[in-house]
Amino acid sequence: MDERARVRRFEELFVTHLDAAYDYAHWLTRDDRNAEDVVQEACLRAFKFLDSFHGEGGRAWLLAIVRNTYYTWVKKNRAEALSVSFDEETMMANGCELADLESVGSSIDQVLQQQDARRLVNSALDQLPEEFREVIVLRELEDMSYKEIAVIAKIPLGTVMSRLARARKLLLQHLQRAQQESRP
Amino acid sequence: MNCTDSRSRLHAYLDQELDLPSVLAIDEHLASCDACKKTFAQQFALQSGVRKHAMYYTAPGTLTERIRGAISRTVTETSANSVKPHWQWPLFQRFQLGAAVAATALVSWIVAIQYNTPSEAEFLAEQVIASHARSTLTTHLADVSTSDEHTVKPWLSSKLDFSPPVTDLTGAGFPLVGGRLDYLDNRPVAALVYGHRQHVINLFVWPDRRSGRSLPMESLSKHGYNVLHWINGGMAFWAISDLNATEMRAFAEAYTGAK
Repeated sequence: MDERARVRRFEELFVTHLDAAYDYAHWLTRDDRNAEDVVQEACLRAFKFLDSFHGEGGRAWLLAIVRNTYYTWVKKNRAEALSVSFDEETMMANGCELADLESVGSSIDQVLQQQDARRLVNSALDQLPEEFREVIVLRELEDMSYKEIAVIAKIPLGTVMSRLARARKLLLQHLQRAQQESRP
Repeated sequence: MNCTDSRSRLHAYLDQELDLPSVLAIDEHLASCDACKKTFAQQFALQSGVRKHAMYYTAPGTLTERIRGAISRTVTETSANSVKPHWQWPLFQRFQLGAAVAATALVSWIVAIQYNTPSEAEFLAEQVIASHARSTLTTHLADVSTSDEHTVKPWLSSKLDFSPPVTDLTGAGFPLVGGRLDYLDNRPVAALVYGHRQHVINLFVWPDRRSGRSLPMESLSKHGYNVLHWINGGMAFWAISDLNATEMRAFAEAYTGAK
């Protein structure tokens, strides 16, 4: 492919999916500037490896590059701040220790109708461990299928499902705790 | 199906990842099991709560320019080492201006019978995609920004030689964001702007060039955009966004149903 065709092909891809790339990067970095840096770097990589893109699933392809770029960036920029590798088993154990939330029933509706529902939801998402936060963002905000999430996050389909289930459970717990705390 | 089975598929059900027989089996179970119904309802509430309230961070305009700059530097560097570098700079500049137009270059779509030539519909689809992309790239989404249909409609009517049907669809989940003038099919047209979650839908409306024909809804999916086109009551309608095909259908049905 000559350089002109490459630039055109890249423009097409990048213009269409820039917001998705930025949103995903922002939820990973949780910072405006860092999200911009990660997206810019990811776009340069995407341009470089454009020949490996076969025309289908451009958004998933770009998001996978954003994710790789993010992890490279994490290693380079905040090695000291790297969170302890997250252990799903521990998380599951914690989840079981908490009160059985299903018994709280429909109170989630009340939480979501509160005036500060927006803040509560975003803070609950913010507090999710990264692995869980990213599957929720890919699923609910980027509307990615399980298969696409598996490709982006480089995990098996079964893990996509278990992470989503776990992430939602953690979100529910967080929101319901917030609800209980807000009660007089 | 028992409760264990149904709950093990709760998330796949919620995420529309199940085949139809499984969906029906779960529906049947939910109809008769209050406990599962409650669990499913809670997850539905959570999912829609997250979709409604979670921040969607859109890329700042300066980032687009930054990235183009970085890419063009890469291209220039490459060209400095190559034998014939002269074309690359001016060409890239042109792409900067015409990015959205370039994005449509590969559109191919044939509506054989309804148009004089296949290329006519194809060409229009390209124009529609380009207009939509341009409107979402720039800050110029709406000339008149309000969800009040009684403001948008008269404004558009005063600028155009026809009066487009304008309806706020907030009730169906597609709030009216505003209206804009655009230029398609060699004439000024109405662009109605709707929102759905963080997505933008442009609905282009103008009087059909040939009177008396109608066209059932056609769909096209290209470059991450879904386009719906239909002709009714002497008006041509083109709806486009990056929503998925199901949501676009829902939008079109809400719009055509509301009139």
